[in-house]
Amino acid sequence: MFGKSLAFLGLLFMSVAASAGPKIHHWTLENGARVYFVETHELPMLQIRAVFDAGSSRDPVGKSGLARLTSSMLDEGAGNLSADDIAGQFEGLGAEFGAGADRDMATVDLRSLSDAALLDPALDLYAKILTAPSFPAASLERQRQQVLVALQKDMQSPGAVADKTFYRELYGDHPYAHDPLGDVAGVKAITREDLLTHYRSYYVGANAWLVIVGDASKRQARKIAERTVGQLPAGRAALPIPLVRMLYSPLQKQVAFPATQTHIMLGQTGMRRGDPDYFPLYVGNYILGGGGLVSRLSTEVREKQGLSYSVYSYFLPLRKAGPMIVGLQTKNAQRDQALKLVRKVISDFVATGPTEDELNAAKKHITGGFPLRLDSNAKIAENLAVIAFYDLPLTYLDDFIPSVEAVTVEQIRKAFRQRVHPNQMVTVVVGAGR
Amino acid sequence: MLRKIRRLLIPLLGLWLAACGQTQETTLANGLRVIVKEDHRSPVVVSQIWYRVGSQDEPERSTGISHVLEHMMFKGTAQHGPNEFSRIIAENGGRENAFTSYDYTAYFQQLEKSRLPISFELEADRMQNLTLADEEFRREIRVVMEERRWRTDDQPEAVVQEKFMTTAYQAHPYRHPVIGWMTDLEAMTSKQLRDWYGRWYTPSNAILVVVGDVAPKEVIEQAKKYFGPVPARPVERPKEVVEPEQKSERRVRVAVPAEVPYVLMGYHVPVHTSVGHGSNVADWEPYALSVLTGILDGGQAARFERELVRDKKLAAAVDIDYSAVARSPGMLMIDATPANGHNVAELEQAIRAQIERIKREPVTDEELKRVKAQVVASNVFSRDSVFYQAMQIGRLAAVGLDWRMLDDYADKLKAVTAEQVQTVARKYLVDTNLTVAVLDPLPMAKGQRRMPRPQGGGDVR
Repeated sequence: MFGKSLAFLGLLFMSVAASAGPKIHHWTLENGARVYFVETHELPMLQIRAVFDAGSSRDPVGKSGLARLTSSMLDEGAGNLSADDIAGQFEGLGAEFGAGADRDMATVDLRSLSDAALLDPALDLYAKILTAPSFPAASLERQRQQVLVALQKDMQSPGAVADKTFYRELYGDHPYAHDPLGDVAGVKAITREDLLTHYRSYYVGANAWLVIVGDASKRQARKIAERTVGQLPAGRAALPIPLVRMLYSPLQKQVAFPATQTHIMLGQTGMRRGDPDYFPLYVGNYILGGGGLVSRLSTEVREKQGLSYSVYSYFLPLRKAGPMIVGLQTKNAQRDQALKLVRKVISDFVATGPTEDELNAAKKHITGGFPLRLDSNAKIAENLAVIAFYDLPLTYLDDFIPSVEAVTVEQIRKAFRQRVHPNQMVTVVVGAGR
Repeated sequence: MLRKIRRLLIPLLGLWLAACGQTQETTLANGLRVIVKEDHRSPVVVSQIWYRVGSQDEPERSTGISHVLEHMMFKGTAQHGPNEFSRIIAENGGRENAFTSYDYTAYFQQLEKSRLPISFELEADRMQNLTLADEEFRREIRVVMEERRWRTDDQPEAVVQEKFMTTAYQAHPYRHPVIGWMTDLEAMTSKQLRDWYGRWYTPSNAILVVVGDVAPKEVIEQAKKYFGPVPARPVERPKEVVEPEQKSERRVRVAVPAEVPYVLMGYHVPVHTSVGHGSNVADWEPYALSVLTGILDGGQAARFERELVRDKKLAAAVDIDYSAVARSPGMLMIDATPANGHNVAELEQAIRAQIERIKREPVTDEELKRVKAQVVASNVFSRDSVFYQAMQIGRLAAVGLDWRMLDDYADKLKAVTAEQVQTVARKYLVDTNLTVAVLDPLPMAKGQRRMPRPQGGGDVR
């Protein structure tokens, strides 16, 4: 999709944002679920996202892949309805259902027209899936096989191999180490009982957030919340996941792979959501490698040397310290040259920080483009989900531009010097060598 | 890309309730078409400029040149140095990119609405004053080769897709990958690019599409101010190559290091541009083909998911791809990965049986109703994205269709009958019109390095 530059990598990091953001209504249900609602009537549609603290960092040891499998099993059966019934009903209403899990969150999405004749039955079905999934044993076997094929496919992708190796090396025995899709042994070991336990522990009010965006009044939104997530038992909030340990010595991992290009990823633990250094690191990273074709990494590696089609850096802030990642791909013979250059760009940036001009350009980009982050119901819902799940202030979007404007060169320099350690990074190299 | 979303949108491409009067079009004296659509939900604007040149216009041994030119469009003019375009857009808070396909090359910026003239000024400049310096070209061509390795050479399924196209098309240039053959990239010169640029980048070969919180009158005034002075220059377009009737089934096996087998099947089918000019393609046929793809693969309730994935458990994944918006007749393609314990031969047979059933039995009312409900909803959902609305208009205009067909697109899809679905299946989904490409995985021995030379397809950016 993105040819000239992999701009979306920047977006991962920037996914929360806004200025004079939309008016957010917020309340808490009896079972503890927290609701975030934005009213927009321009289009006759409604978007709902339930979020649970039930991502792959909750996978038990030896059962990696459980969170993802649980979410993809939700629409395989609910109450007395089969997968065919559920799919037929949703799609007959023109509604779209989806569920997924990343390292922190599990999400359950519904998009429907707001016409009551369509929305009401879609909400009933959505509520049934949330509150009474049946996890049929036969479906589990089939889904398990599908995940195993997907895992096998990942093995033929140098990018996927690099990504998984990177997280494994960086996070060691921390739950962030394993891929949300799981691994072969884990996926094979998962039982229906595991799904039920995961679901019963984490898909509960105290562990839930609900985002509603679209064509509904506040009164309607209250009812929607009550008849969906409000029907879950209160349960208990999930316990905190362990702190991430920093690595204090460099680590290099080489994986032989039959490909024309070598994929390189290097990085370290970065920051959590709500980190006090969030804005200096975020703005600084835009200058280093987040800003598409105009970043330092892209200028040096791609524009001046022609070594790579895509080269980028980003912080992925999570509940606990997420990674800081620098990545690129280059033909095998250029591997050492590219790696050396990337290291130099990072070290220089950490040593001297950005120039005033670079900082001004970065601020202009981030603040000037702020409206683009909220220009659809879908984007508003994504932002709300992050604000909700990571317990960011309701004024987060309103505060965003002033927070960016307040960042100084000195703050960026200090934050990068304290937090980014070019000599202690994990380096993963996947390719054919020379 | 997001598979799930793609699958829902394919049968419904180009749909939305284009409220009449909201979209305006004008043509400047130099031939530039300007289309403006209002969407006042947010203070943003998207501006796209579409050039009617893509890989299908490229002669043998110059494959990939449209896409290389797309890259070079960021490398400066007399007035703006290399990458200054990107820097200026970035400093104005904008997002920008470009993409090249078989039929067109397009450039876009997304901006806060007051910055639209900045985009116009820069686009008008690079429409006529591109530098195309040797030194910049020598570096950028290496970036494109890296892109080719990343996008195609190291991706087994992309290699199969590339091979599929060279097999299904024997005469029409759709047989060449958009990104070009590596040997052609290696031999390309900046002189070739200058010629290509001079030939195709003129106002009369371009369409400017603007969607957002804007007043059409003002946008058209601004367009006149910036693009108006670009000199008119006619474009000579050679007569389109017509792919001869296929007449026999074609098969190709691709052996590359891989883990998972894969099969790609495709039939030559008409698109909206195939209708008229004395062809035997009826106006409703592309709509019927779109409904057919929805019946087979329009979500979890469609036949492929229900029967091949859930019931028979033959497929780990199976998807249809058909776009009725193209400059030349296209392909209805089905790609699939067998479930563990099954092989591509079984899966291929099951897919063929599904096709036979469509020909034999009319699809049910319930299925038709489901597809049509999705059409109606998707119509509204697609309006949530300003960018996507501009894409819909731009694609239609760039392939030579009237964007006003969006106004009754949903109605025409809703009018499709079970009989029409059966008719197009019988007419086009026949064995003598079928090409099958199969991935035969070779072992991925550690450290072994044997990727054969390239193949790929689709949009390249």
